[in-house]
This record gives sequence, structure tokens and C-alpha cells, in this order.
Amino acid sequence: MAHVFIPPMLQELTAGTAQVQIEGRTVRDVLNRLEERFPGIKERLLQAGDIRPDVAIAVDGEVAFDITERVEANSEIHFIPPISGG
Amino acid sequence: MAEATATYKVIGTRPVRPDGSDKVTGRAIYGGDMRLTGMLYGKVLRSPHAHARIVSIDTSKAEALPGVRAVMTAQDIPEPEDRMAAAGEVAVNLKYLCQNVMARQKALYKGHAVAAVAATSVHIAEEALGLIEVDYEVLPPVMNVLDAIQDDAPKLHEELMAMDMGQKTDKVSNAVNHFQFKMGDLAAGFAAADVVIEREFNTGTVHQGYIEPHNATVLWNEDGHVHVWTSTQGSFVIQKQTAEILGIPVSQVTVTPCEIGGGFGGKIPVYLEPLAAVLSKKSGRPVKIIMTRIEEFEGTGPTPASHIRVKMGVTNDGRIVAAEADLKYEAGAFPGSPVTAGAMCIFAPYTIPNMQVDGYDVVVNKPKTQAYRAPGASNAAFASETVIDELAERIGMDPLEIRSLNGTKEGERRVDGPTFPRVGFLETVHAALEHEHYATPLSGPNRGRGVASGFWFNVGFQSSVVINVNSDGTVNLVEGSADIGGTRASIAMQAAEKLGIPYEDVKPMVASTDGIGYTDVTGGSRTTFATGYAAHDAALDVIEQMKGRAARRWDSEETPIGPEDVDYADGVFQCKKDAEKTLTFKEVAATLARTGGPLTGRATVQPRGVGGAFATHVVDVEVDPDTGKVSILRYTATQDVGTAIHPSYVEGQIQGGVVQGIGWALNEEFVYNDDGNMANASFLDYRMPTSLDLPMIETVLVEVPNPGHPYGVRGVGEVPIVPPPAAVANAISRATGKRMTDLPMSPGYILDKIHNGA
Repeated sequence: MAHVFIPPMLQELTAGTAQVQIEGRTVRDVLNRLEERFPGIKERLLQAGDIRPDVAIAVDGEVAFDITERVEANSEIHFIPPISGG
Repeated sequence: MAEATATYKVIGTRPVRPDGSDKVTGRAIYGGDMRLTGMLYGKVLRSPHAHARIVSIDTSKAEALPGVRAVMTAQDIPEPEDRMAAAGEVAVNLKYLCQNVMARQKALYKGHAVAAVAATSVHIAEEALGLIEVDYEVLPPVMNVLDAIQDDAPKLHEELMAMDMGQKTDKVSNAVNHFQFKMGDLAAGFAAADVVIEREFNTGTVHQGYIEPHNATVLWNEDGHVHVWTSTQGSFVIQKQTAEILGIPVSQVTVTPCEIGGGFGGKIPVYLEPLAAVLSKKSGRPVKIIMTRIEEFEGTGPTPASHIRVKMGVTNDGRIVAAEADLKYEAGAFPGSPVTAGAMCIFAPYTIPNMQVDGYDVVVNKPKTQAYRAPGASNAAFASETVIDELAERIGMDPLEIRSLNGTKEGERRVDGPTFPRVGFLETVHAALEHEHYATPLSGPNRGRGVASGFWFNVGFQSSVVINVNSDGTVNLVEGSADIGGTRASIAMQAAEKLGIPYEDVKPMVASTDGIGYTDVTGGSRTTFATGYAAHDAALDVIEQMKGRAARRWDSEETPIGPEDVDYADGVFQCKKDAEKTLTFKEVAATLARTGGPLTGRATVQPRGVGGAFATHVVDVEVDPDTGKVSILRYTATQDVGTAIHPSYVEGQIQGGVVQGIGWALNEEFVYNDDGNMANASFLDYRMPTSLDLPMIETVLVEVPNPGHPYGVRGVGEVPIVPPPAAVANAISRATGKRMTDLPMSPGYILDKIHNGA
């Protein structure tokens, strides 16, 4: 199962839980199951079915391009701000 | 996976840059050189007030002036939508982007564009600006974060509800966003510490200071197509933003990037392009606008001023056990400071079990901040690296040893969660420790040595490369990355390496948005990494196709030979079935017309495996106790550069970043009067360091190849600006015995610290 890290910004939806184990083959699967456990969390991460522009979803340290990204059995998933540069 | 460095023939050499002769002879075409038939000259009227409601604008007298062909205001631009759009490095809010280009209801900073004119000469355009009558209701300005976050502060955006921890509140505030990262148990961490130090820091507003000002020449053709020639770090971003603001399809805009005289992050967004486009549409003529230096300072995005509180705890044996920070960054007139990046970077060089970082994005009546080399990280490192230095001093530990003891490495976690891949932070610390500079005692009165480290993420994003093979065995390489710091060379070198041909046989060019596939900005230290990756893959495509052409030459009924039967190494194709059969790259190229016609390789990439960059700097200073002037005696920068494709350009990036960081440390800041007007909007008064101010910046290239790139490339251009303010501050502190907490550390500030400071 994937290890999903809940950032402080979303922990009011998880009653303070900071890490959960979720099964899923893709980011979409994981988010759907996360929503089942913590209603409202998907809305904070997705917009019109895609990853919100002000959110980056990192799978094993790599930013996912979209929700169809594959998730491995022991993947770490983090919700972080997107990074740009100069 | 990075290829073995021992095999490289081109990578690691120092060839002459392909654009060199045009630049030293003055033939290179910059935006200011653009001349089109019938071209008009545009000028922009800017708000004289830092905060004012625009009651009315009367352009009739300007329109009547002979020679004036068009006048525009924000009413000539479609009403912007309040939505996020993928029109930059990251998504941007179209309403704010549009309002920054030209003010609508309110002018939010001195220098905010309110109208523009196109005329047959610059002088007529300037005269026309004086005839535009703007009725302002002047409002009190808010000029720094600490004032801006007060509940009774004047509000810049009266309709904007603040976000707190990801949730929209019902409160209008200039602190438009608050977020937090957290790890471990902060209270337990501080309880375990033997020494705890808490400090507050302030940094000034700083400009990128590129030499060439913003410029745009635009033709809105009769067929409806918009042609833009401009100085930009990203032609596709200009295309997208211009199209979004004008409300036209992106395919209706072609952007040709001219040569660029510096950017450092400041030449990513649009300013003039939509204005010149509207003026061109209204006049039916091409329009060119070039900013003055005053307009650059007052009307384009600097890097944010900030207020940062840092608290860190360490055990007597040097283990950092807890770290806490609050970062409040000025966003300028519209939301979107780089505070998130600052928050993610502030403790990144260290493995600390208990951390909490809070960030606040705060709007103030200054130009909208924009990126500047590792945006947000220098402010943050100034605070954290200063506190770490003081902790080391308090427990009697060498300041590099404490960094070595606590330094992060592969598998360790950042405060925002993800773990580091293979990184070379500890290698940079050790390189500094072992350097002759650090081993040489610094003697003399009023002198001090400081060290500091820094981190920057670097980014990947998207790039495209096309390689066309010529009949003489040379290749033309077409890319979309604006070349600011020698990337035509570094990308051509990667193609040459893979193709097995001399660097001089690769002719790189930067195409317009019509001439190459989508390519993101030259920024985020991504170009040599990502566009270089694309060049590598395009070269592979060429080789695979040329194997087929060679096979075709050798194929026979007796011995069928296909592409899979051909090897390629060192510029020679060899038949696996008959080692006597060989053809050079040039020989295959010479027969393309007879083996299937023209040959083009291509690659588009969106690479993962971006390698973050770390740096550790050592600086010696001397402080004049009578004047407060700080002299840099010696400066050594060590940096994990992955694989240095062109070492000279890597060294140049490091030296440039260090010099800018020293300017940030010692001299540079926007000085505002009580009305919110900038008092030093010229290079005479906004003091950037020159070669006369500094010694040679010594560089140490620590090569820890990035496993995420075929040649081990890491971005190198941004992280060198991160450590200098803290390194210089720590050196001054050791010279004076006073801790530095504010940037810039100008002579007046130093004197005040010496005589009155703690």
C-alpha cells in the first residue's frame, strides 16, 4: 500500500492524522480512496478532475504530471506546493 | 542513469560559445535593434502614486497630438477572468497578471502602468503621455510586511478573502495566504536542546539588475496574427500570457526571442507585449516599446523584502534537534511571493528531526515580485545560516563541522515531506573544509571569516529539440530555450557527445514559437538539464535512423543487414556481421539523398530525476570601523554541479550568483520615501557591485553526477546566490562581534551595529 503523507494544511480533514496507508494503482485510485476515508480532501487537491494548479503531488519524490501516474506498492505520496525558479 | 564520465570526449571541455563572435562584434540582434517598416514607438504612462483609486482617465488631448497614432488604457484589454491558468512556470491568476500589465480600478504601486501611447517618434510619445489626464483618489500606501499584516492596515484588495491553512477565510487581509510545514515534535526537540537561539531578520527589496531593459516589438497583422519580438527567458510563456490577456487563441501569437541581456528570473512574465499588441492593433502599425531604467526599477518585479523569525536548538555535541521559522514575504501588489520555496529551502541542508515552518504571503504597495535566482531561498538562508553560525559559536564548534555533522544526504527528509535523492551537500562542505582558503589563517584587525550553505530544488518541465543532419556531416540543432548563460553551447555539447562528432559540427539555434515544439522557460536552472536531455535523446534518434541508412548501404541478398546489425561508436558506424564494413558519420550524412532523403532527429521531454543543488561558501571580509564599509578580501564557492558540461560556464554561473548575492548582502535595496516612491531608481543610487569592488571569486566544482540525467547534469545557475548574504553576515559578525540581522549590511547599518547593536 502507498504511504500517503497528509500535510498540516489538510489535517483538519483527517482529524490530525499525518500519514495513512492507501491502496491504489494510480494517483487517481489513491485520491478516490482517500476521499472515502476523509470526505472533502479530493476537492482540496483536484479541480475539474485534474491536479489543482497550486498543488503538486509527489510520488516517490517526483512530481506527478497528472492523476493517471502509477503508484507502486510502497510509494510515498506527498502533497506539496509547485516549484518554479528564476 | 548517468553515463560514466570517463567516456566523455566533448563534455567537460571549454569550447568557444557559438554566439560569441556576434556578441563581441555588436552584430547580435537584441530587442532594441528591431526595426520594422512603418514602426511606431510606444511609451507607458505610470502611476505617480503607490496606492490610488483611478477615478477617470481622459486621453483626448493625447490622441489629438500630431504624430500620435494610438492611445490605450485598461479598457482596451478584455476584462480579465479571476482564474488560474497554465501560463507561466507555474499557474498564474489571469486577473492579477492582467491588472499588473495595466491598472484598472486601482494603481497599486508607483510605476504601475495606467495608459500607453504609440507615436511616430519617442519624443512625441513622451509628450503625449503628459497630455493624458488621470484623476486619482490617493490612498495611504502599505510598504512593508509588518505594517501590512496589521488589522487596521489599508487593504490593497478589498474583495480578496485571505487563505489560512488551505481554507478561504471570511477576513480581508494583506496577508493573503498562510501555510505550514511540520515534522516531528517541536516542543520535545527544543526540550532536548542545550542551546536555543531565536532571532528575527529583515531583508530588503532587491532587483535582478539585468543590463538590457524589457522591450517588445509587436505587429498585429491585418490577418489577425500577432508577431512579437522580445527579450524573454521563455518565448512560450510570453505567447501564452499575451494570448490569455488579449483573449485570442495561442496559435494566433508568434513570439521570436531576440538575444537577451540578462534576466535572472525577471524576464519571465509579460509587461510590454500586450500593450504593444493593442497599440499595434489600434494603429495598424508595428509598435516598439523599450523600458527606461527607472521603469525597470519602478514597474517590474523585484525579489521580495521579508521578515523572518528563526529559532533553532542544538545539543552541546553539535546535533541540531529542533528548528522553527516564520517567513513573511512581500508579494508586491498581487499575491504570489516565493515564500513557499523559501519555506521549503530554509532548513533543507540539514537533517533535523523536529521542524515547523510557517509562511505568509503578504501584499504591499510595491511592484509584483518576480523570480530572482533561487527565488525565496536567499532570504531564508540568510536567517537560518546566521542562526546556525551563532549556535556553532556558542557551543565552540567549527561552523563547517556543524554543517558536516548535521548535513543532509540521500534518503533524508525535507520539511515538506519528500526525501532527497542522491545529492552532494556533504561533499560541498568537505570541499570547503579541505580548501586551502579555509586552511589559511585569517589575520589582521577587523577581519572575519564566514561560511554558509544553501539549497535550491532546480526544475525539469518541458523541452523540445530537433536535429537536422546536413550533407557535410554537420548538424543544425533547433531548440526553444532562450540562451542567457551559454546554453546553446551546453546543449550543443551534449548533442555532440552523443553523436560522436566534434562540438564545432553542431550548429545550435533558438527558434520562435512557430519553429520548435513547446519549451518551458530558461529558468529554474533547467535548461542544460532538460533541453540538454532532449538534445541527448534527439541525437539518439539521429543515430538510430542513420544506422538504417548505413545498413541500407551494406544490405545484400547474400548478407541481409538491418539497422539492428549496426553498431555506432566514436563517429563510426560498423556492421556487426562484417567488422570491415564501416562508415563515418560524415560518410553516411553525405549519402542521405540516396538512402532515403533528409534526416531529422527529434525529441520532446518532460524529464523526472531533477537533481537538487547545494553550495557551501567561505568568505573573508574586513570591516572599516570608522566608515562601516565592508571589503571582500577573498571568496570561495564550492558547489555540487552534477556533471559540469562546460566548466567555464558553470564557473561563470557561480561567480555571477555570488556577485549578485554579495550585492544583496552589502548594498542593494529599494529605498522608499513615506509616500511609497522609490528614491534610488537608477544604477547610480541602487548600488550593485562592480569588478572594482570584488576579488576574483574562486570556484570549486564538486561533481556528484545526478542519476536522473544521462550525463549527470544538475542545474547550477541559481543556488550560488543562496549562501552569500549569510556567509558575508557571518564574516562581519566575527569581525565586529555583533550579529547581523538585516539586509543590506550597508555602512550605516554596520556602524549602528558596532556602536549600538547587540
